[in-house]
Amino acid sequence: MSKKLLLANAHVPGIRTYEVYRREGGYRSVEKALKMKPEEIVEEVKKSGLRGRGGAGFPTGLKWSFIAKPEGVPRHLVVNADESEPGTFKDRYLMEYIPHYLIEGMIVSSFALGSNVSYIYIRGEYAWITNILEEAIDEAKQNGWLGKNIQGSGFDCEIYVQRGAGAYICGEETALIESLEGKRGNPRIKPPFPAVKGVWERPTVVNNVETIAAVVPIINEGGEAYAQIGIGKSTGTKLISACGNINKPGVYEIDMTISVEEFIYSDEYCGGIPNGKKLKACIPGGSSVPILPANLLLTTAKGEKRLMNYESLSDGGFATGTMMGSGGFEVLDEDQCIVKHTYTLARFYRHESCGQCSPCREGTGWMEKILKKIETGKGEMKDIDLLWDIQRKIEGNTICPLGDAAAWPVAAAIRHFRDEFEWHILNPEKCLTENFGLRHYADAIHVPVA
Amino acid sequence: MVSFNEQQIAKVKQIIARYPEGKQKSALLPVLHLAQDSFGGWLDVPVMDYVASLLSIEPIEVYEVASFYSMYNLKPVGKHLFEVCQTGPCMVKGCDDIIDYIKLKLNINVGETTADGMFTLKTVECLGACGYAPMMQYGKTYREHLTKEKVDAIIEECRAKSN
Ligand SMILES: Cc1cc2nc3c(=O)[nH]c(=O)nc-3n(C[C@H](O)[C@H](O)[C@H](O)COP(=O)(O)O)c2cc1C
Ligand code: SF4
Ligand code: FES
Repeated sequence: MSKKLLLANAHVPGIRTYEVYRREGGYRSVEKALKMKPEEIVEEVKKSGLRGRGGAGFPTGLKWSFIAKPEGVPRHLVVNADESEPGTFKDRYLMEYIPHYLIEGMIVSSFALGSNVSYIYIRGEYAWITNILEEAIDEAKQNGWLGKNIQGSGFDCEIYVQRGAGAYICGEETALIESLEGKRGNPRIKPPFPAVKGVWERPTVVNNVETIAAVVPIINEGGEAYAQIGIGKSTGTKLISACGNINKPGVYEIDMTISVEEFIYSDEYCGGIPNGKKLKACIPGGSSVPILPANLLLTTAKGEKRLMNYESLSDGGFATGTMMGSGGFEVLDEDQCIVKHTYTLARFYRHESCGQCSPCREGTGWMEKILKKIETGKGEMKDIDLLWDIQRKIEGNTICPLGDAAAWPVAAAIRHFRDEFEWHILNPEKCLTENFGLRHYADAIHVPVA
Repeated sequence: MVSFNEQQIAKVKQIIARYPEGKQKSALLPVLHLAQDSFGGWLDVPVMDYVASLLSIEPIEVYEVASFYSMYNLKPVGKHLFEVCQTGPCMVKGCDDIIDYIKLKLNINVGETTADGMFTLKTVECLGACGYAPMMQYGKTYREHLTKEKVDAIIEECRAKSN
């Protein structure tokens, strides 16, 4: 059994309410933190090795230490609850079932950062979760954990929830800030970074929901104890939202020492693949990270068992590895069509591009069109190279990483499943009713055209 | 004349108070949600102009935001809006069959509204329910693990509500 921190009490009846949450030891970290100096909290977070759980995996303590502190200018913590990366639904789980966990983490983090007014930016579709959070905030306030002079410490803090309105791009931190200012979600050019000029030109830290929740056990048990869990630079626990062709889809908390194989096949987690089907491929960290065929997923190119952590998942770089990303873990069985799946992702990115940069705006549209053409049996061989060319021209040439996020899934699909694309083109009729299946499974790795 | 009632005005004031002095434009997204909920499920131009006046910003600042975010409807929608997710993880779990079934059942295409103005069908991209697929958003709720039987039941539920 993996050690559980965030979800340890998830199944206690009534844990959503303040009363039960507090009885189970909730808000202890606030009591402890308010007796510490803010710098000491930042230091604990640094020691814990906690890395941002929103996708990029940037060390949280380091990020906090960058926040500018100009005289007389308020600072803000903004929690990123936009959660719109396909395959990802972990933050939702935490907020829906244990909302006080996030509120508790936010109070401690706000104190550490010197934020007297902090915000949760939540995707607009999570309307009922907004209500759950607002109730939790009210309860926390009634019990003296928010508002003026919290627990007699002299620290004031308010938390407000801001609902987005349907835009994946608002998960990108500078787009999120624009949106919080009541504008279109167009990412800003960095620098200046939010830590210097964020919302209303004030120093701002944007962190993922799970990152901020993880601050609670770090303060309760100490940064060093937290760093003992896991392996290497993958410390602590990670929430994984598992979906696709598995017996037990859902949200799991893992310590990052287990293997991918165990995660997919053991009954404690995904419980294997339904109907005795075979594993074909997996996108382990949200739609933006490279898809891997079964063989490379389970074992690295070096022949080691691949583990569910930052280092192991990215072992081999993009040639033979992938990324931890947001922890949105999607499993595809032998009946799934890679071309069609990639097409739905390309459509997603075209829909979500904010349109500021031509490579992203035009490129995502082109990729969607070409993939649709191949998927519907109208493709030509040269389309595969064209796709490859377009994705390469997007990557690295845009204001924000959405461009890369749109390019990578297409690149990885061609890299590992080129034969399936070719089969679609060579069998324009058959591909409408049949699937390519598992033929590539044990193939050598395809090195893409240069 | 478009106008919020007293209670709604109080809500707007409460929202504006969340932001620093002079930054009331930050209230735009929440106030547009409130406006859409209050004025028939979509944002007509007079509604957007009214929101602009409430927040002391230019109408164009409202239009550009309303047109950016997919949850704001710039055209009327049916009384009951079904938004079915069609991204990868939902596709794997058979969302196409669900979409086809709703089309057949309501006799409309994606993006259309039934002649009686009751139902609108839309497809949307990942709503963060991938593990509970196929799914759709209906009003402020998610309906997950959809089957044809569940779709039937939801349609019945809507009809009952409107009677
Ligand atoms: C297109 C795009 C979408 C993103 N969506 C999210 C999101 O939904 N939630 C999130 O926490 N981070 C998201 N991020 C990452 C954020 O920009 C940012 O790195 C993160 O919120 C930082 O928090 P962390 O360090 O705690 O992970 C996204 C980034 C990009 C480029
Ligand atoms: S990369 Fe795409 S989403 Fe990001 S700023 Fe450019 S156009 Fe917008
Ligand atoms: S793909 Fe449909 S909810 Fe995520």
